[in-house]
Amino acid sequence: MEQIQYAPPRSALPCLGSLRAEVARIERSAPRPGLPALSFGIPLLDGALPGGGLRVDALHEVMGVGPDLQHAAAAARFAAGILARRPGPVLWVLERADLFAPGLASAGLHPDRVIFARAGRDGLLAMEEGLRHRGLAGVVLELSGPLSLTASRRLHLAAEATGVMALVLRRPWHAGEAPDGTTAAATRWQVSALPSGPLLPHAPGVSGLGRVRWRLDLLRCRGGRPGRWDVEGCDAQGHLGLVPALANGPAAAAA
Amino acid sequence: MALGLRPGMALAHATALVPGLVVLDGQPGADADALRRLAAWCHRYAPLTAPDPPDGVWLDVTGCAHLFRGEAALLDALAERFMRDGLHVRSAIADTPGAAHAVARHRAKPPGAQDAAAPAGADRAAAPPSRDGTVVPPGAHRDALAPLPIVALRLAAELVSTLRRLGLERVAHLERLPRAALVRRFGPQVALRLDQAHGRVHEPILPLVPEELLQHRVTFLEPLLTAEALSVAVQHLVAPLCARMEGAGLGARRLDLLFERVDGGVQAIRIGTGRPSRDAKHLSRMLEERLEEVDPGLGVEAMRLVIPLAEPLGWRQDAAGPATPDVSALVDRLSNRLGAAQVFRAEPVESDVPERSVRLVPALARHGGIGWPSRWPAPVRLLHPPQPVEALAALPDSAPAAFTWRRHRHRIRHADGPERIHAEWWVRDKEMWAVRDYFRVEDGDGARFWLFRRGDGVDPATGALEWFLHGLF
Repeated sequence: MEQIQYAPPRSALPCLGSLRAEVARIERSAPRPGLPALSFGIPLLDGALPGGGLRVDALHEVMGVGPDLQHAAAAARFAAGILARRPGPVLWVLERADLFAPGLASAGLHPDRVIFARAGRDGLLAMEEGLRHRGLAGVVLELSGPLSLTASRRLHLAAEATGVMALVLRRPWHAGEAPDGTTAAATRWQVSALPSGPLLPHAPGVSGLGRVRWRLDLLRCRGGRPGRWDVEGCDAQGHLGLVPALANGPAAAAA
Repeated sequence: MALGLRPGMALAHATALVPGLVVLDGQPGADADALRRLAAWCHRYAPLTAPDPPDGVWLDVTGCAHLFRGEAALLDALAERFMRDGLHVRSAIADTPGAAHAVARHRAKPPGAQDAAAPAGADRAAAPPSRDGTVVPPGAHRDALAPLPIVALRLAAELVSTLRRLGLERVAHLERLPRAALVRRFGPQVALRLDQAHGRVHEPILPLVPEELLQHRVTFLEPLLTAEALSVAVQHLVAPLCARMEGAGLGARRLDLLFERVDGGVQAIRIGTGRPSRDAKHLSRMLEERLEEVDPGLGVEAMRLVIPLAEPLGWRQDAAGPATPDVSALVDRLSNRLGAAQVFRAEPVESDVPERSVRLVPALARHGGIGWPSRWPAPVRLLHPPQPVEALAALPDSAPAAFTWRRHRHRIRHADGPERIHAEWWVRDKEMWAVRDYFRVEDGDGARFWLFRRGDGVDPATGALEWFLHGLF
């Protein structure tokens, strides 16, 4: 019996590419064409995210760790740095009155761009209202309560419809209640502080505060794999940086 | 009143008490007209107003209180506005018109007369007391009515004197009597007024809608009951009015939607916009969001959309390039849902003291022109009030070596500072010499804190060297 060697005909090869794109579109894991993902500018980080960056038309969750869980200060700065690099006004929905506007400015998000809304228990409604308004750079919600799968799906769909980025900052009231339920968010980040390096790399004896360092844990990612990166925190334009020792050395370890 | 004169006194008696008294003939017709105009003027506070002759005005403030930050604030605003014209008013908010009328006139308060009623079903939270008016908490109108004299129930004069002769002085006495005996002896009037005041019988306020306002009314062949039907009707009302506004070059700043029910009652919802708008989609969307507050009762037989406040809105030219997106629609929707005070922007204030360096302004206000100062990096979280911590530091300029906050000890690895801030002696005398030395510190785990010490360590008048945590980076 002769062996039949099957090889796809030449004409079928372009079909594979379009088939892949079709599957990706159905799975909704890749960003819409025409809406490029927001990259961090760090190839190691961008490479792990589908589309080479944060999906702009999606819901993302950010939270702090340990003692910073209630205050979510680093997480708030991280969120501000992301939205600083997108054009347009930002809606920031608050529950507690402890956000300091000049702090946003130091992360690159100019306070003149931000509309604040004190929504109390109506935070999710206010966020949805903001997500339906095309033209915003993004909406940030500081949420202390639970985020159900249904609610998160609504927010994700609203973000997809208009291309407004949705960021939920989880900050529970008590330090022990780390949120870990399933939600429809495209990514879930955990930001914790790391000891920073010396102020002047070439003169370690000089006292002072260098650039802040964070450990970014990507806990969940749709269409990608979890990972952990040590980066330098947002500068005045909202860009993250690679820790100098690793910038020249081998890749940062992925979890 | 201070001269000892009372209404109902004989003229001869009055002139005897006060020689040189100027006497003018009363003009009830002119007074009634003036009262109607006053009721029409009060339209800016509530969508449904009506005169309450001879000396009062009803306002139905259901659902309007949040636009004024609370019912007490609404009464204060009203009283203040009337005071500017020299009118003293006495006001009250209660669940029923009868109760509001009674409490406004017969509580021990400064003279005048004006009352406001928010019928049962309104969403009213506990509020701080008003200076000039009385707010009767929801459901507490029974207790509020009990000690009032029976004159407060709007009964005829002969009936009042008959009741008083029999020893019935207060509303509580009347309430205690059996209903059948009351009706048999005194007629149905007493029982009706009692029921109206307590809310057992609905008393509709017939609203006065000034003719000159832009309005459109639609009647239905069959009374509408469902929310979907009402929202379709809303769109039919909004579209022609927006067309008329376009023709007149106006935009609406405030809209009232009145629902006329089959049983004669009228309900209203009011929305406001930050900038004049005649966008039919935006306006009907905001009205539809409030539809669930309306109780259609047995059916709504007509709806009227009134525009009490309109401002000129010229033709808008599409800009040649990408314009900054217009957020006024978003701000309107959020303000109508959460209250106008809850949506704001931050503006810098020229002050070194961090907690005073930011001011909250309405979201659509123009920028004040002061730029944000570029100083040291500011923390993202600011604690109100600054939390006391225990810290160990060498005076006068060193950062602490460690500090304890909430029983957790943080050893400090890196620090920056001090940044000295002098207090503002023009704000408070206590701050004459006070200084704060701010330090940005990082502990062993990398977390960063904003600490300050009161006092410069050299002069005890500048502060007692206590340490506080003010912010988190």
